[in-house]
Amino acid sequence: MQLTKEQQQILDGGKGEVMAKVMETVIRYGELFGAGRLVPVTSKYNHLVTSFGLKMMTPVFDLMQQLIDAGVMSEQKFSADPRPLDPKVPKNFLQNLIFNKFMYSKQSFYEDQLQKLGLMDQDAFTCTCYMDAVGNKPGKGDVLSWAESSAVVYANSVLGARCNRNSGIIDIMGSIAGYVPEFGLLTDEGRKASWIVEIKTTKKPEAQLLGSAIGMKVMEDVPYVKGLDQWIGTELDDAACSYLKDFGAATASNGAVGLYHIDHLTPEAKEMGEALIREDARVYVIDDAELQRVYDSYPVIWKNLDAKPKLCFMGCPHMSLEQLKTWTDRVEKGLAEAGNKKVVIPTVFTAAPAVIKEFEATEYAARLKATGVILSYICPLMYMNNPLCGKMPVITSSNKLRTYTTARYYTDDEILAQITKGGAKA
Amino acid sequence: MKAFQGRVVAPGEVRAEAVVSHGGLNTLASFQKALQFGDKTATCGDQNNPDLYGRQMAGKALCLPQTIGSTTGGLVLYCACAMGRQPACMLFSRPIDSLAGAGVIIADVWLKDSKMPVVDSLGEEFLNYVKEGMTVTVKEGGVVEVE
Repeated sequence: MQLTKEQQQILDGGKGEVMAKVMETVIRYGELFGAGRLVPVTSKYNHLVTSFGLKMMTPVFDLMQQLIDAGVMSEQKFSADPRPLDPKVPKNFLQNLIFNKFMYSKQSFYEDQLQKLGLMDQDAFTCTCYMDAVGNKPGKGDVLSWAESSAVVYANSVLGARCNRNSGIIDIMGSIAGYVPEFGLLTDEGRKASWIVEIKTTKKPEAQLLGSAIGMKVMEDVPYVKGLDQWIGTELDDAACSYLKDFGAATASNGAVGLYHIDHLTPEAKEMGEALIREDARVYVIDDAELQRVYDSYPVIWKNLDAKPKLCFMGCPHMSLEQLKTWTDRVEKGLAEAGNKKVVIPTVFTAAPAVIKEFEATEYAARLKATGVILSYICPLMYMNNPLCGKMPVITSSNKLRTYTTARYYTDDEILAQITKGGAKA
Repeated sequence: MKAFQGRVVAPGEVRAEAVVSHGGLNTLASFQKALQFGDKTATCGDQNNPDLYGRQMAGKALCLPQTIGSTTGGLVLYCACAMGRQPACMLFSRPIDSLAGAGVIIADVWLKDSKMPVVDSLGEEFLNYVKEGMTVTVKEGGVVEVE
């Protein structure tokens, strides 16, 4: 790799041993993928995937402490993924004990480390840092050193920023170095599509199901999706952005997609159109039957398949303001139709702390509260990852949550029926 | 016995029993429970991976096309190495992906005793040939023997 004098000097120890190791990490990471040079990180803020003080992450805390002790800091402040705990979310005595005394016993310690390393503010914990209310929204062409698969795929695809699917730790290393290696999704060539996905459904495809199907098919490749604009429009309005947030998270977690283009909608597809498609691109046709096939393929690993759900999570990734409002209307309507006053399954909607504040300033907040839905900033994924929750029948319409936990996936309509009426039939 | 030539990502020689994932390995889903709850054999917890779900990964020759899923993948791999619960080696049929690559590099730079040879670009034929329970030998220069 071609290094500048400054980069070489850092690698040679000019800014200390720990900073040299940071630079070595970034360089060797880039060399592995054929990067010819390092390019400056240009976004105002960084985003880290690690927000949770899980005991198993002690090696990561040790590494962070090395950075702090050496005074090796980033010039960027950063947001981080959601907190794993929120007292508002229902849990029993045992869960409370395991969460606080065992699993997340390092939470305060780690949050203190994050403050020292440059957390934007003490509420900057969300996987949807790009929401206006949160304020970490990169511009088109910005070079990022982010991790968090759902945020990276959103930043690349919807915002037109440039970021590889960096792993946790690499995110902070690139930010501290001020440079990231130029390869993959940072290059024009790497942003070209090697799959054409043709949407031929008879109704608007479920975002989380469509994303899952595409992710499992194309894996880490870039898909160019045709025919979706007929269902979600040609403008990146709030509803389209919410749809793409959930769609992208599913492509990234069910596969390894870091960038997608939506014909006539996302910024690069609007600018360049089919010039973004490689000549040898393969074609994947998605119709109603294909979506049904994908839905039916999901394993359900509940011990009792007919168990009554004990908890419902919505918001992995965190819900947008638009989704919170829309779902307030939907839940109210569903309850009225069923003759119920409150949701029949304990239900948690999750969103960024800043989005929750914004929502609470609207008249919707009291209405949602009246339905019995709990609004939380928690990370459902981190809440679910323990043996007690593993045995608990939890339902969700998040394909990411389904992938990483024992939560059972239902479509949005089925979830609505479950929480307002009981039973999955709409 | 058949030999395959790949690219050395992390050097080292080792001999171990193969476990094989024909689909992408979801690192977080596969390792999280094992690392969190003291399972020293690193039993794969990924319900979506029928090849590996419930199989021991620590100390095995983990053969796979690539890793997928959450961008915590690299740090999970780093933690597995730091805790001594990593596979004996990781053998990728395709060029290594950015998450696994990050984990391997971070472990190599920041851990003093991280011994997990990694070879990538072994080709589709490698993954078609190697079966669970076969003996895999990783030699210098990215040579992988399967018998």
